[in-house]
Amino acid sequence: MTETTEATTTVVKIDAAGVSHRDLNAKLREAVANGAQKIELRNVHGQRYIGTDLNKPVEIDIFGTPGNDLGSFMDGPRITVHGNAQDGCGNTMNNGLIVVHGHAGDIIGLSARGGKIFVKDDIGYRAGIHMKEYGEKKPVLVVGGTAQDFLGEYMAGGILVLLGLHLEEGQRHKAKFVGTGMHGGVIYLRGDIEQYQLGKEVGIAEPDEKDLQDLQRLVGEFSSYFGYDAGKILENRFVKLFPKYLRPYGRLYAY
Amino acid sequence: MKTYLPARFLVERNAERCIRCKVCTNQCSFDVHSYDSEEDCIQSREENCVGCHRCVIFCPTRAITIRKNPLEYRENYNWRPEVIEDIIKQAETGGVLLTGMGDDKAQRIYWDHLVLNASQVTNPSIDPLREPMELTTFLGRKPDRVELSDDLSLKTEIAPQVKLEVPVMFAAMSYGAVSLHVQESLARAATEAGTLWNTGEGGLHPRLYKYGKNTIVQVASGRFGVHAEYLNAGAVVEIKIGQGAKPGIGGHLPGEKVSAEVSRTRMIPEGTDALSPAPQHDIYSIEDLSQLIYALKEATNYTKPISVKIAAVHNSAAIASGIVRAGADIVVLDGLRGATGAAPKVIRDNVGIPIEMALASVDARLRQEGIRNQASIVISGGIRSAGDVAKAIALGADAVNIGTAALIALGCTVCQQCHTGKCAWGICTSDLFLTKRINPDIGAERVYNLLRGWSVELKDIMGGLGVNAVESLRGNRHHLRGIGLTDTELNILGVQMAGS
Repeated sequence: MTETTEATTTVVKIDAAGVSHRDLNAKLREAVANGAQKIELRNVHGQRYIGTDLNKPVEIDIFGTPGNDLGSFMDGPRITVHGNAQDGCGNTMNNGLIVVHGHAGDIIGLSARGGKIFVKDDIGYRAGIHMKEYGEKKPVLVVGGTAQDFLGEYMAGGILVLLGLHLEEGQRHKAKFVGTGMHGGVIYLRGDIEQYQLGKEVGIAEPDEKDLQDLQRLVGEFSSYFGYDAGKILENRFVKLFPKYLRPYGRLYAY
Repeated sequence: MKTYLPARFLVERNAERCIRCKVCTNQCSFDVHSYDSEEDCIQSREENCVGCHRCVIFCPTRAITIRKNPLEYRENYNWRPEVIEDIIKQAETGGVLLTGMGDDKAQRIYWDHLVLNASQVTNPSIDPLREPMELTTFLGRKPDRVELSDDLSLKTEIAPQVKLEVPVMFAAMSYGAVSLHVQESLARAATEAGTLWNTGEGGLHPRLYKYGKNTIVQVASGRFGVHAEYLNAGAVVEIKIGQGAKPGIGGHLPGEKVSAEVSRTRMIPEGTDALSPAPQHDIYSIEDLSQLIYALKEATNYTKPISVKIAAVHNSAAIASGIVRAGADIVVLDGLRGATGAAPKVIRDNVGIPIEMALASVDARLRQEGIRNQASIVISGGIRSAGDVAKAIALGADAVNIGTAALIALGCTVCQQCHTGKCAWGICTSDLFLTKRINPDIGAERVYNLLRGWSVELKDIMGGLGVNAVESLRGNRHHLRGIGLTDTELNILGVQMAGS
C-alpha cells in the first residue's frame, strides 16, 4: 500500500491482485479508519462485498471488475467502477453513490433504502426489487441502457429510471413482469413499453411537471458522470409507471 | 349479506354479581360487552367473542363466564363445526382464511411420545440443589480440532460464539406483529436471564438498541429496517428463509398495523402494506445463501455468528447440510407448530413437518457428514415446558426458541386472533390503547420467572439423569425412549422403544 498526498486529499492506492475479499475489505476498513478520503483499487478481479461495511463518505475508484454484492449495506462511500459490476450491486444499500462505467448484473439495488446508483449501460434481471423509501431517504437507480425481466418487482419506494440510450429507433424495452406487486415508488422509462410487459398493479401515465423536474435532475447527474448531453436525452418521450394501489393485497383475506 | 356464522362462545353474566362497573366494556377490544344506560345493565354481542377471557380475568366480581357455544350440529367426524364455519366464512368473503398462532390440529406431538431416563442404583443421580449444574451453552461454529501452542495457549482461531446462561431463547416476533412493550419485556427478560431475544423482521426500535448484547437481529425477505447500525447492534445476525407457521410464503403486515412508529422502524411509508416477498430475491440457491452469509459477515467484520432460519420441511436434512456448508454458524429449524402473527390457515395447518422429526434428521445428517460441530442447531415450534426442552436437547438441539410460551407468560390465552390486530391482552397489536396493557416492568418479570422455573426444572431433569452439564445431554438419545411409536418413527427419531 502506497500513500501519496495530493493538494488536500489523501489517496490510498491498493493493489487487489491476488487478495481475498476478506483481506481486501480489511485493507479498506483500515484505510478508512486512518482517515483516507480517496482510495484507488487496482487489479480488482471479482472480489465480493467491496465497501460493504464502510460508513464514511470516502471516494473509492475501482479499476477492474468487482464481484457480487458491491456496496451491499453500504452507508456513505462514493464508488466509481471503471468497468462492469456483477450481481447484487448496491444490495440493501443505505446511503452513498455507485457509478458504473459499463454494465451491471442481476438484482442491482435490491431492497435499497437510500443512496444513488448510476449505470452507463445495461443491467440484468430483478433490478430494484423491493426498493423502499422513508421520509427524506429515497433510493435512486438510473440506467443508461435497458433492463431484463422483473424490474422493480414489489417496489415500495424510490425512483428507477431506464434511459434506453442504446435502443434502436422503434425498439421497445424488452423487460417483462415490470413492477409486479409494486406498491410505492416510481419508474420512468425513456422509450416504449407495452401493457402486457407490466405487472397488473402498475399504471402508465405521462410524467407531470414534478416528474419532469426529478428527471431533469437525475438525467443531468447521469450525464455529468458519463459525458452525455442531458438536454438531448430529455428531448425524447418518457413514460411514468406508478403503483395503482398502496395496498395491493388488502382485499385478499377473510378474517 | 346475512352471515350464517354462529357465535363460537356464550357470555354468561351473573346478574347478582355484576355491579355495572363497565370494566368488561373497557377491556374487550372485540366489542362484545356494552352498557345499556336505559336498562342499567350490560349487554353482550356474543357473536363477536373470541374466547380470550380478558373480561373474565378483569371482572372484579367474577361475574362473567365464557362458555363454548355447544353448536349441536348433527355429529359428523368429517364435517366438523370448524370445517363448516370456515366454508361459511369463505362463501361470505371469497378470501384466504387468515389466522394467528401455531397449527392447532391433532397431528402427533412427538414430545408426548418420548420419555426421559433417570439414574437408579448403578449410577448415582445428582442433587442439583447441592451440586453445581451447568446450563451454559455457546452458540456458534466450533473448530474441527483444537491446537495448542508450546505455552499451552490456544493456537486455533475460534469463530465468534454467543454465550447463553440457559438454552432457551425467545423466538423472532417483529415490532408490528407484537407491540414495542412486548419486545421490551422480552429484551429485558433475556438480559436478566442471560439469553437472547429476536427482533423478527421489523427492524429494531431505537429504544431497544441498549439491549443489543442480548438481541438477535433478523434479515428477511422484506429487508425492513436493515442497515449497518442495526446489523452491528445485535449479538447474532439471523437470515430468515422460512417460518414454521407458513413455510414457503412471505408475509403481509396489513397497512392498518403500519403506524407512525412501525413505519419509522421499518422505513416504509405509514399505512402501506409491508410486504415480505416469499423468497429473498437475492437467494435462489445455496451459493446465493452463502453470498448473503458472507455479506453479513463482512458487514459485521466477522465478529458475530450468522444464523439461518428455515421452516422444517421434507428435505430439511439436506438443506441444513447446505446451510452449514454455506457458512452459517447457527441453523434454526421452525416446525409445523411454529406460531405466527398472521398466516393463511391452509398453510399453517397443512405445510411443514413436526419439529421433532426435522431435528432428529438434521442432527443425524450433520453427524454423518462430520459437520455437526460447524453449526449450532436451534429449534422452535410448540415448545411448552422444560420437559420439551430437555427432550429437544437430547434429540440434538443446542438450544430452543419459545414464542407462544413467552407470550402466554405475558397474558396470551392463545385465542388465535393475532391477525386482527385487536389483541385484548395488548400483545399482538399496534393499537396504542391496547399496547399499554403490557407493562414492561411486569412483563419482563413474568417472562423471566418462566425461564427461571424452566432452568430449575432442567437442572432437576439433568440431576436425575446423573449429568451435571447440559452438553452431556445434548444429542444423547440414549437418554430417550419412545412410547406408542412405530418402528419407522423410532428409526427417524433415532430412539429405542421404551423397555428396550
